[in-house]
Amino acid sequence: MSVDKDTVRRIAKLARLALEEERVEPMVQELNGILNWVEQLKEVNVDGVAPLTSVVEQRLKMRDDVVTDGNVADALMVNAPGGEDHFFIVPKVVE
Amino acid sequence: MTLPSNPTDFTLADARAAVSSKKISSRELTGAFVKAVEAARPLNAFVTETPDRALEMAAASDARIAKGDIRPLEGLPLAIKDLFCTKGVRTTAGSNILSNFVPPYESTVSQNLWDAGAVMLGKTNMDEFAMGSSNETSNFGPVTSPWRARASNAKMVPGGSSGGSAASVAANLCLAATGTDTGGSIRQPAAVTGTVGIKPTYGRCSRWGIVAFASSLDQAGPMTRTVRDAAILLKAMASVDPKDSTSVDMPVPDYEAGLEAGVKGLRIGIPKEYRVDGAPPEIDALWSQGAEWLRAQGAEIVEVSLPHTKYALPTYYIVAPAEASSNLARYDGVRYGHRAKDARDITDLYEKSRGEGFGSEVKRRILIGTYVLSSGYYDAYYLRAQKLRTLIARDFTQAFQKCDVLLTPATPGPAFAIGEKTADPVSMYLNDVFTVTVNLAGLPGLSVPAGLTAGGLPLGLQLIGKAFDEATVLRVGRAVETAANFTAKPERWWRAA
Repeated sequence: MSVDKDTVRRIAKLARLALEEERVEPMVQELNGILNWVEQLKEVNVDGVAPLTSVVEQRLKMRDDVVTDGNVADALMVNAPGGEDHFFIVPKVVE
Repeated sequence: MTLPSNPTDFTLADARAAVSSKKISSRELTGAFVKAVEAARPLNAFVTETPDRALEMAAASDARIAKGDIRPLEGLPLAIKDLFCTKGVRTTAGSNILSNFVPPYESTVSQNLWDAGAVMLGKTNMDEFAMGSSNETSNFGPVTSPWRARASNAKMVPGGSSGGSAASVAANLCLAATGTDTGGSIRQPAAVTGTVGIKPTYGRCSRWGIVAFASSLDQAGPMTRTVRDAAILLKAMASVDPKDSTSVDMPVPDYEAGLEAGVKGLRIGIPKEYRVDGAPPEIDALWSQGAEWLRAQGAEIVEVSLPHTKYALPTYYIVAPAEASSNLARYDGVRYGHRAKDARDITDLYEKSRGEGFGSEVKRRILIGTYVLSSGYYDAYYLRAQKLRTLIARDFTQAFQKCDVLLTPATPGPAFAIGEKTADPVSMYLNDVFTVTVNLAGLPGLSVPAGLTAGGLPLGLQLIGKAFDEATVLRVGRAVETAANFTAKPERWWRAA
């Protein structure tokens, strides 16, 4: 399988990634280079093989459903590029 | 014990003995490293230097030592990869998108180090979001290796992604450093800079507070000048952490205790699939030499097979970008990180902030990851890769029925020149051909310096162990280190400038 310019534009949109028009064609080449290289995985018969979901055999840990942290709104706002009081500022979303 | 005359030449173990016995104060030791870091700015190994904090921490350690209250790493200066969040100290992950990010919290691993008394010299340069094998994708410019080929002034890469940490350890800018390893990012730079690096078993070190790349593969580990130092630092970094649900509930052993036990009676597996076409003959020769060193010390050498080895890299380049595309979705220009100006609407804000904030390798991987997870392609790529991962992990399980530890080359070649491999992503990816299998299977892997090429550049050997058997890996690594007697150091050319 290989990608074309429209596919690259579509996945860039899905990834919310602005891609300058002059970067689209080089990106097509680069992604196809990688995709052609991973094609070799098709040689392997994976019938009946379960996908690996965890490398270490361990049951997912559970803990009591209680609040262990919080009241850190000031700290959370420190790095906000647009913030006022305890609110993140964004462009208007709903007309 | 005789100590080197220059304190920056101390190993971590030397420094521990010298500081705790008051042969040198932490302030004096730390001051020497602060100067070394400043003098090495041509290497670009640090993104952020923290000399004031270092000297404060050193003074606090000296006060504790005066009272006899000495912790395991008391007063010992370390460098921290800029992927570990450090409270109040800028943490960039090598990216423009985090170039002004100052975490309000501390990663568990770095907190463990400060709780053990260690001193922070600064944050080391790295490939952007740890995506790279040469430290050339950093937003803060490439790191130059302290090593140069014989009779050459060409600037070499220090490997990556933990290139700043590797260069700092090799150039004696710190006693030791932290790294992270998703596909080889500790072991590959360690190998090409003549240093020691171990990626422990997945789950051994907490990932909490480490900027995420590919969460099922990421692990933190130490980068040091000796195997003993790696044992010391790994013990301090590792912990059981309720904040990371994949942190494993197992006590952390004293890795130093069995270090000198030798390899007599151990079975060392040689996986035949690790012989790759086109690798320089020096790599094969060093590998055979490594097996001979272990045989001479009483180990049994057995040939084993890991039949799916050749599929590990392509599997990785589906799984890791898929996880990265998901992890990096959090950078939206709203809560933290770079925010684009003059966005028309919220979608435009996301797209522009991410377009301006991420570098080209990160964009490439986000797009690949998005593609392989997208509707209609998930089964063909991602699901198939996850099945391949099962087969790769199974190969190791079967091999470990015949042996205790595997011995392999660490890299397919020595360091290359800056700019030499940036044009073709796939040729860059091939640098991790021997290390990436270990991440896919979650196993511990150690790189030990073992020799120099004819051109005078370091090469390493890798030891791979069973899950949570870092102790045996380190013990065999110590045996390789003893036999290799690797004492070469780069010339300090950067100081002349």
